[in-house]
Amino acid sequence: MNSSEKKSLQISACRIRMDAVTGVYHAKSGHPGGSLSAADLLAYLYFKEMKVDPKNPKDPDRDRFVLSKGHCCPGLYGALAERGYFSPEEMKTLRHIGSMLQGHPNMNDTPGVDMSTGSLGQGVSAACGMALAGKLDQKDYRVYTILGDGEIEEGQVWEAAMFAAHKKLDNLCLIVDNNGLQIDGPVEEVGGPGPIDEKLRAFGFDVQVIDGHDFDAIEAAFAHARTVKGKPSAIVAKTVKGKDVSFMENQVGWHGTAPNAEQYETAMNDLNKVLAGLEAE
Amino acid sequence: MAEMVKLATRESFGKAIAAFADQYPDVVVLDADLAAATKTGIFKKAHPERFIDCGIAECNMIGIAAGLAACGKIPFAASFAMFSAGRAFEQVRNSVGYPHLNVKIVGSHAGISVGEDGATHQCCEDIGLMRTIPGMVILNPADHYEMMAAVKAAIEYKGPVYLRLGRLAVESVNNNDDYKFEIGKGITLRDGNDITVIATGLLVGEAVKAADALKAEGISVRVIDMHTIKPLDKELVLKAAKETGKIITAEEHNVIGGLGDAVASVLAEELPTPLIKIGVNDEFGYSGPATELLKEFGLCASHIEEVVKKALGK
Repeated sequence: MNSSEKKSLQISACRIRMDAVTGVYHAKSGHPGGSLSAADLLAYLYFKEMKVDPKNPKDPDRDRFVLSKGHCCPGLYGALAERGYFSPEEMKTLRHIGSMLQGHPNMNDTPGVDMSTGSLGQGVSAACGMALAGKLDQKDYRVYTILGDGEIEEGQVWEAAMFAAHKKLDNLCLIVDNNGLQIDGPVEEVGGPGPIDEKLRAFGFDVQVIDGHDFDAIEAAFAHARTVKGKPSAIVAKTVKGKDVSFMENQVGWHGTAPNAEQYETAMNDLNKVLAGLEAE
Repeated sequence: MAEMVKLATRESFGKAIAAFADQYPDVVVLDADLAAATKTGIFKKAHPERFIDCGIAECNMIGIAAGLAACGKIPFAASFAMFSAGRAFEQVRNSVGYPHLNVKIVGSHAGISVGEDGATHQCCEDIGLMRTIPGMVILNPADHYEMMAAVKAAIEYKGPVYLRLGRLAVESVNNNDDYKFEIGKGITLRDGNDITVIATGLLVGEAVKAADALKAEGISVRVIDMHTIKPLDKELVLKAAKETGKIITAEEHNVIGGLGDAVASVLAEELPTPLIKIGVNDEFGYSGPATELLKEFGLCASHIEEVVKKALGK
């Protein structure tokens, strides 16, 4: 990846973070922490990896994305807005009555949302179904799904993992946003889902563990995933919950809390500094 | 008049889905290790490339079906009612119902007539569970002919459907040449003026037997085959209430949440009418031969006759 492409992705990711924080601030509720941790992955997926067209969001040959950790939709909505599915101004309507941006993703309300999710563990099954449909129809689209590291405590995730490997869904790429925190505390204290990579490998996945904020690593991982045949791919992305907002980073409390006006200003200042730094380079 | 057929509706379902496969190439069938019992095995044999065994993982199966539907397939996801509607209720609600995806949830071995397997497998709650999901169509065919027609209608209808199947062989009652199946339209199988029995599924045949026996005693019983529980044929219910003054509902389901409650809601809100609900009286079942269990729980013609007579003061 050349430096200007990387910078462009970093700028997109920063804008996604601004959109997410703005949405949650205006909603006075929502989930900023996991939206910020997944922003670089979302930026890469929507701006580089996936074959999608905002002007034709229902194209039957498009790549699919399922946000299995549906509560992080402020991040997904930010990515869709930045990619041109709708105006970033919509973010201010997040969670309001009549908004196209529901508190958890609704495929019938929001252009670009491929599956309604929010109840943890369910999106990954739907992603497997989409990948299977692609196999049945002999189409070459790929299906991507992001799960939370807390989410994988749901048993259904492992039912889906078994299914994906058994059906050899090599058009499926499962990404775990491994930010290490869930509502009640560190994942290893609450539910103990680890070792995530070894478990997925045992279930029959090709597994890569990467720094989920390093675009070179993200690019290499997705490129490798495309070459895997006969088994599904998993990318365990080590991330920082609340990434790039100083007071939210690695703080459990910012899983599902909205910033007040003062905190919002601080958060946007932090992100504007990141953006200015990127643009000045 | 078509010939009388005695067949379990699960068997009719298996035949139907296999028979319609060529006409509807988007149909795929999913099962969770019960293909021999739910009779999706008939489809599997005929169209192995369109059959997806999900293993013993019903919640995942419903999600797989949702993903397939989101890509244009028409999935029928089958298991015992206890698991497809019961265990996977929340997956049906959130991954199928809320996005209104074109998934057909198949609940086989519904009701007490599962028999010897006992209470853990005798699902008498599925209709109630499915009724509470906005936009869910609920079909509970009474016999072979109705099941064949219902499967075709479910394929052609775009949206989530719950299709209930029974384990026990039932004699067909819808053999008439002018038989016509339409989602949401009940069928009047016997006309009558003294009282109406609105039945669904396995109880339809029993209600017809009861009505025919009572006719010999000079009691005129109307019998409605309510194959669609949601959306309920309100017009037909209200017409029966107006014309016969008394209603009995009969179903192989808990009296809480099923056909009886659906009919009760319509009557209470629009035309208060005396109503008696025949069903499983809010209790768990137990092991035993199906036909004997049905008698124990009063889900049979003779009990319907008794209830009719009591309701008419005879």
